Amino acid sequence: MKFEGKTWVYGDNIDTDVIIPARYLNTFDPKELASHCMVDIDKTFAGNVKKGDIMVGGWNFGCGSSREHAPIAIKASGVPVVIAANFARIFYRNAINVGLPVLEIGDDVKKIRNGDRLKVDISSGIIEDETTGETFHAAPLPGFIQDIAAAGGLVNYVKENA
Amino acid sequence: MTNMGMTMTQKILAKHAGMDFVKPGDLITCNLDRVLANDITAPPAIVEFRKIGKPVFDKDKIVLVPDHFIPNKDIKSAGLAKIVRDFAREHHITHYYEAGRAGIEHVILPEKGIVGPGMLIAGADSHTCTYGALGAFASGVGSTDMGVAMVTGKCWFKVPDAIKVNITGKKPDDITGKDVMLTLIGMIGVDGALYKSLEFTGDGISELDMTDRFTIANMAIEAGAKNGIFPVDEQTKAYEKGRVEHYEIFTADPDASYCRTVDINLSELKPVVAFPHLPGNTKVVGTFGDIKIDQVVIGSCTNGRLEDLKIAASIMKGRRIHPDVRCIVIPGSQQVYKEAMKAGYIDTFIDAGCVVSTPTCGPCLGGYMGILAAGERCVSTTNRNFRGRMGHVDSEVYLAGPQVAAATAIAGKIAAPKEVH
Repeated sequence: MKFEGKTWVYGDNIDTDVIIPARYLNTFDPKELASHCMVDIDKTFAGNVKKGDIMVGGWNFGCGSSREHAPIAIKASGVPVVIAANFARIFYRNAINVGLPVLEIGDDVKKIRNGDRLKVDISSGIIEDETTGETFHAAPLPGFIQDIAAAGGLVNYVKENA
Repeated sequence: MTNMGMTMTQKILAKHAGMDFVKPGDLITCNLDRVLANDITAPPAIVEFRKIGKPVFDKDKIVLVPDHFIPNKDIKSAGLAKIVRDFAREHHITHYYEAGRAGIEHVILPEKGIVGPGMLIAGADSHTCTYGALGAFASGVGSTDMGVAMVTGKCWFKVPDAIKVNITGKKPDDITGKDVMLTLIGMIGVDGALYKSLEFTGDGISELDMTDRFTIANMAIEAGAKNGIFPVDEQTKAYEKGRVEHYEIFTADPDASYCRTVDINLSELKPVVAFPHLPGNTKVVGTFGDIKIDQVVIGSCTNGRLEDLKIAASIMKGRRIHPDVRCIVIPGSQQVYKEAMKAGYIDTFIDAGCVVSTPTCGPCLGGYMGILAAGERCVSTTNRNFRGRMGHVDSEVYLAGPQVAAATAIAGKIAAPKEVH
């Protein structure tokens, strides 16, 4: 899987309450969730994000609540991949489970600027920043987590392996 | 490699994976003793469950507790609750708890003996880690994990590295489990235990009652941990009398390996609060200037147990809360509510001028029952103070134990109990 898009860059400890505030959790419709995504820290995201744009976070991205609505909201915004220094563990598994690939690149993430154009190859983990010319390497997903991602999420994986 | 020792967490994971030995980093699939979801996380789990098209693995091991927007806060929430109720009826789920017959999931599961020592519990709620207080492995997962687990009875885990939290010393009277945990998160940071287990140990454990332990294990996730776990001791056994009679006790091997040890001497602790907007922004009460407060919330899966209400009531007894403060008290379960009533705590709260609510998660996540306006400040015994967590994006949440929350409600500004005596 390869993606190319413009970045939306956020900081460290982006929690799932800001990705999708609980006041919008009375629904789990992906489109509706997407319309409120990131609103508490970035009112411009939901209205301006384009299909294929890439979200970039710092350390501990997706900390807090286990709400799967968070990766669902990001995915339904048209974002095909999230890159961060690292991810909080429940967000990490939720993203893989719903078929939203995530890549961890540690401190290198600080070199990516808001609005840069990235080329991302999920299978090799190679991220090219076309704006700055820098290249970053993410560790590949381990073991059967890669199979879950390749199947497009946990439900497909379980159905295929039942 | 030679088999090195294992931590409590690693032993429980190995047992449930049918293996003799696991080590940090291993990806394993475990059999689950309980799978749990609430009114927010169950509806998407049910959608995923249906996609697989198979029956539930065990109607006695699935636990559904509508508690977040319950009693229904609006029409959409009523729809979510109805999805869960209809599913529970259709599949004859044993452990479904309707509003008015239970309470907050992480208060009622231990209280009713649905979870116990040695069990492996996955819950579609991040505070599932609460049950580590009982010597269980319990960890938060997502809705898809839950939906799949309702079919397979299994969940995948990465075996975590471990942090040893060595607790020593005598606990002063004005210190609660909340002070212990907020102090720890302040020391190691909100990602200090990311992907790791927090293994609590040391001779200070006996100073912590079960309520303290539930509070501490509950907030393991606020340090990024996969789980937090306490050894099973005489207090645990006494708690489980009449609740869970048969269980396996796991103990850490003497040569278990830990990537880090953190020491906490209880006798040195002071009452603390966590400033906005992270649970690790811990400060000792009295080391900062006056911070006026508009609202106080006492309750939640973190601090909604009888002992928490007892502490708050002992401070509020015969006093009135500050005229500029609204104080909302929420017993964590119907049983806590009844016992608090019998003990006179509810009278104390109402006489002091508090709102007393039926059990709900409501205000903790900014759902309802105590939403903050722009610029308002709240001291809360809940678990998260993220931006906008309890209401307007420009409101502020300060996390504290029940003794600081009660003293603050009386003083109108953040206060330690000794300041209002």
